[in-house]
Amino acid sequence: MRAPLLSAEAVSRDFDVSRPWLDRVLEGEGRRLLRAVDGVTLEVRRGETLALVGESGCGKSTIARLMVGLDTPSGGRIEFRGQRRQMIFQSPYASLNPRWRVHDIVAEPLRVLRLARKAEVGGRVAQLLAQVGLAAEDGEKYPHEFSGGQRQRISIARALSGEPDLLICDEPTSALDVSVQAQILNLMADLQSRLALTYVFISHNLAVVSQIADRVGVMYLGRLVELAPASLLFSRPRHPYTRMLLEAVPQIERTGEPRTPVAGEVPNPLAPPPGCSFHPRCPHANERCRRERPELLDAVACHAVQEGRISFAR
Amino acid sequence: MILQAKNLRVEFRTRRGTLVAVDDVSFSVARGEVLGVVGESGAGKSLTGLAIMGLLEPPGRLAAGEVWLEGQRIDQLPHAALRAIRGRRIGVVFQDPLGSLNPLFTIGEQLEETIRTHLGLAGKELRQRALALLAEVGIPAAQERFQHYPHQFSGGMRQRVVIALALAAEPVLLIADEPTTALDVSVQAQIIALIKRVARERGTAVMLITHDMGVIAETADRVAVMYAGRMVEIGAVRDVLHAPRHPYTAGLMASIPRVAAAGAGRSRLAQIEGAMPRLNAIPRGCPFHPRCPQRFERCMSSRPELMPAGASQAACWLHASAIAQR
Repeated sequence: MRAPLLSAEAVSRDFDVSRPWLDRVLEGEGRRLLRAVDGVTLEVRRGETLALVGESGCGKSTIARLMVGLDTPSGGRIEFRGQRRQMIFQSPYASLNPRWRVHDIVAEPLRVLRLARKAEVGGRVAQLLAQVGLAAEDGEKYPHEFSGGQRQRISIARALSGEPDLLICDEPTSALDVSVQAQILNLMADLQSRLALTYVFISHNLAVVSQIADRVGVMYLGRLVELAPASLLFSRPRHPYTRMLLEAVPQIERTGEPRTPVAGEVPNPLAPPPGCSFHPRCPHANERCRRERPELLDAVACHAVQEGRISFAR
Repeated sequence: MILQAKNLRVEFRTRRGTLVAVDDVSFSVARGEVLGVVGESGAGKSLTGLAIMGLLEPPGRLAAGEVWLEGQRIDQLPHAALRAIRGRRIGVVFQDPLGSLNPLFTIGEQLEETIRTHLGLAGKELRQRALALLAEVGIPAAQERFQHYPHQFSGGMRQRVVIALALAAEPVLLIADEPTTALDVSVQAQIIALIKRVARERGTAVMLITHDMGVIAETADRVAVMYAGRMVEIGAVRDVLHAPRHPYTAGLMASIPRVAAAGAGRSRLAQIEGAMPRLNAIPRGCPFHPRCPQRFERCMSSRPELMPAGASQAACWLHASAIAQR
């Protein structure tokens, strides 16, 4: 088997959220660290789409930034075995420079990475715009002349112009309307098969993830709690948190059916619960879960699953 | 009927001409009913809600139409009278709970002030009422939470507080504009359940504005679908979602990714080509015709009104022939 394109080994990232030095000294407080990503180990295989899902504050965006190299881990190691990594951001409004023409936005990676000679740039940009479903003439316009979906196409064209092996997409469709989201997801799937791209797809939307992912990692409070092929994860979720998330997705098929919503919310990441961080919300938690942190064994980090206390008859 | 909106038209006068953001929209909401209003950004769903509440900001204005609340026409009332109705008889919940709460006062103070203003309670009675409300919307340890400020609450808990505030004066109508959009899925499910319970137990009429069909499916009794400022389809949730009669609704439903389809592996989503027109370039005839796979001659020249289509109503010429045959 070929080596994975990217591997993360026990990666952690702490953020210093201490109050200013003088306040700390006067009030006798220590430093406060927020552990946004906590000992995550995973691999991204060539040509696959690996999705990372979780609720706000679970660390999925932080790990995206670590994977693309925008940020460095506080602990652990990330090894990238490809040529180039590019990122597609959530907001197609904030991620494009409003003073630049689309042509210049898409050409920037070509220029910076010296991927095309001056004379070739124009043709290459036109080709990239065509690839994402825009016209070559659109290169003369400014970002504000485009709708959200078209701007996200421009972001994708810019990312592709760097000829990446790995594309990290952080909620690329969350700011878009559903009909536009469908267009962008289909475009991403087409590009992947045509250009043999590898995607890391960060999302909070399980339905979107089920459409595009080969494998899915579920994160909770900075930790990876389950990592499985998409077909398995959605048909036979194992971690109680994964099950809870799936249960919570509103479903059109279940019109009017009553159901019991899950209780509780994600705890404050500054003071995560000891042991398994999901135990305060978990129906299967026992003494061991409150004390001892579960490791990711056989793709799931849960004492109850590992001890066989949860049955999977569904 | 608690709420009746008749032929609402919202206009924006700009230097380059008048833009029509809501065009001839009519609907009603009954006691205890949840009406979902769904559409993509720019469809006019939020403006419809604001028009009903009399909260349109200039240059936007209600250019035509009537709003009736429990048999009383309210769109022509003077500002002060309308303000008394909002809060007292119409409760409002917006997307961002932080924007709806005053950061300088405790939750208890805000809740008590609202109840005092609208219901005139005082002292022990007032306190009990406020605590009962917090308990009703599912805030644990209400006694203790009473002294807390908005920043001490999580997003989901804040939205519960906002709902408690909206319900404080026992309104007959609750207008909720994207109440779950800023929340995580697990919390979203809790807020949906709360809104449903309020409609059922208190008999409050609810107008739920959202872009999320999943939320509509689980919460609403009836649903109105909006496109380019117009209502294109309205009917019982079951009918509209499972047997959409307007090609736009059908396209929208097909483009929603579903978890249920996962076992089958990765699949292509159906997509509607193009994008919703800008307000200054709404096409003649049916506004959806440039994107519609089923368009024909008539769609490009004349505008369809809502007409019976199956068990629902749809503004689509495809259903005109069915009527003629009857």
